[in-house]
Amino acid sequence: MTADLYSHSSLRSRGLTSRTLPRTALAGVAVAAVAIASLLFAVTPLQGVADFIVFATALVVVAVTGLTLAVEGRRRAVDRLATSGALLALVLTLLPLGFTLGYTVYRGAKRFSADFLNHSMAGVGPLAPNGGVYHAIVGTLEQVLLASLIAVPLGLLVAIYVTEYGRNVFGTAIRFLVDVMTGIPSIVAGLFVLAFWVLALHKGFSGFAGSLALSILELPIVVRSAEEMIRLVPSSLREASYALGVPKWKTILRIVLPTAATGITTGVMLAIARVTGETAPVLLVVGNNNFIHTNPFNGPQASLPLFVFQGAGSSSKFDVDRAWAAALTLILIVVVLYVAARLLTRRNSLAGR
Amino acid sequence: MAKRIETVGLSCFYGKTKAVDDVSIAIEPKSVTAFIGPSGCGKSTFLRALNRMHEVIPGARIEGQVLLDDEDIYAPEIDAAAVRRTIGMVFQRPNPFPTMSIYDNVAAGLRLNGVRRRSDLDSAVERSLRGANLWEEVRSRLNKPGAGLSGGQQQRLCIARAIAVEPQVLLMDEPCSSLDPISTLAIEDLIFELKDRYTIVIVTHNMQQAARVSDITAFFTLRGPGEPGYLVESDTTQKIFTNPSEKRTEDYITGRFG
Repeated sequence: MTADLYSHSSLRSRGLTSRTLPRTALAGVAVAAVAIASLLFAVTPLQGVADFIVFATALVVVAVTGLTLAVEGRRRAVDRLATSGALLALVLTLLPLGFTLGYTVYRGAKRFSADFLNHSMAGVGPLAPNGGVYHAIVGTLEQVLLASLIAVPLGLLVAIYVTEYGRNVFGTAIRFLVDVMTGIPSIVAGLFVLAFWVLALHKGFSGFAGSLALSILELPIVVRSAEEMIRLVPSSLREASYALGVPKWKTILRIVLPTAATGITTGVMLAIARVTGETAPVLLVVGNNNFIHTNPFNGPQASLPLFVFQGAGSSSKFDVDRAWAAALTLILIVVVLYVAARLLTRRNSLAGR
Repeated sequence: MAKRIETVGLSCFYGKTKAVDDVSIAIEPKSVTAFIGPSGCGKSTFLRALNRMHEVIPGARIEGQVLLDDEDIYAPEIDAAAVRRTIGMVFQRPNPFPTMSIYDNVAAGLRLNGVRRRSDLDSAVERSLRGANLWEEVRSRLNKPGAGLSGGQQQRLCIARAIAVEPQVLLMDEPCSSLDPISTLAIEDLIFELKDRYTIVIVTHNMQQAARVSDITAFFTLRGPGEPGYLVESDTTQKIFTNPSEKRTEDYITGRFG
């Protein structure tokens, strides 16, 4: 029996051990590849930092894979190549994020201060170095809050309907329409509110008009993420609740939603973060204002994305500096909201204790 | 307190597919009735039809009658939630609510049905956990998540949760199939204690278990793949396992399937 199994010569000769490269050898080859790349860039017409990074990386991957192929065999070589590929993809994905954040902090830090946060642009001309974004922060927070007050409850109810009750043609139609809604460009949402609310109904520019446009954009994101999270709740939990004689609506409210709460909060926060940075709708329907205007229902209001948009296009270097600082403010607001929401749901869920 | 269940010509369907065909059986109070039979013979489906859990699955429906002490639980004026409060259920896999502590899991049925008084909840939780033989093991950590218990403890937690709402009948759908022998023994001991107060119906794949815990055994089978399951016979467990009336029952009990 044993003889039959091992009669194939290549199987018999192969034991459990195989030749393995020491880590130092791999590191040495990588260092050598970088050295060769440096040498080539020193003596040949090749030049440039970006070119060097790409060239050296490629050389390291080729050298490490080649050495592995020669010593450890094909399977290990393919493994190293695939691992390098995955690692490179990770770095390439994180680079834009890192640079965007880093450069915004670098440029924004110049004007970012408490003064900048609690002053408006009232009476500040483009050539003055002072001024701040207090009015724009007020506008953005009010507009996003109102938009979320509309979109989050509505979106959650739609998600509950689609997942728990919508096993019919109507439910399928709603899911399709929500998918279509996800694809609406923000400028179209802005145009719709401009034509319908601002012009046809004669409501005029206001922060609330912006909220309406933002809620159109926020709604499908809330629905889709909440829907995914509610679907993840195992049906065995619903059955356990039904078996205790709990009606369906109470099961949804007390069992399904709490179980999905962490995921739903994350989805809602991402939706809010997404619309906080929307520029096109506020540009069309909110107007602009250099003064602190706290009433979102009447008259033009400032907002952070609009502030950044107008400052960035200005020929005054003070406007540009203010725009960077406002961009930094915008990012910080989103981060603070996100962290706060995560802490809130963690405190409420038992899993963390 | 314990109630009698009787089915009259009960058939269960999933959409157009018939899963259980024309079962008439009487389940006596304060006894343990075991349903045995090969996989796919519809015993779990039949069990779920007894407390209207079958209809939770989209497209599922029944024909025939289920009588609880002569009251038809499928009559139009009957509230399905009230039926399930009277006829509790324990599932194959332990399914404690993951967001809740041990205490909250046991109290869930009462809380969700409107019981608010802390003293009522406290006494019900202790009584149910004692009833499920779990009190001594968890009394010092009632505020810890229910999902942190072992599989056998989780299943006993689910039994405690089910008996906390004080049902008349307890349905158990293969309650030990995912448990080790020691936890299984604990659950079987528990079933033995519970039958003083409840009518218990247990579905099991384990014939030794049926022989150990039940007073009455009902044998289900199916005529072939894709055919609906049906009840072959039901009798005292003693008789089914020693001298069954039907050849098919004897073949199944002795290991010659078919």
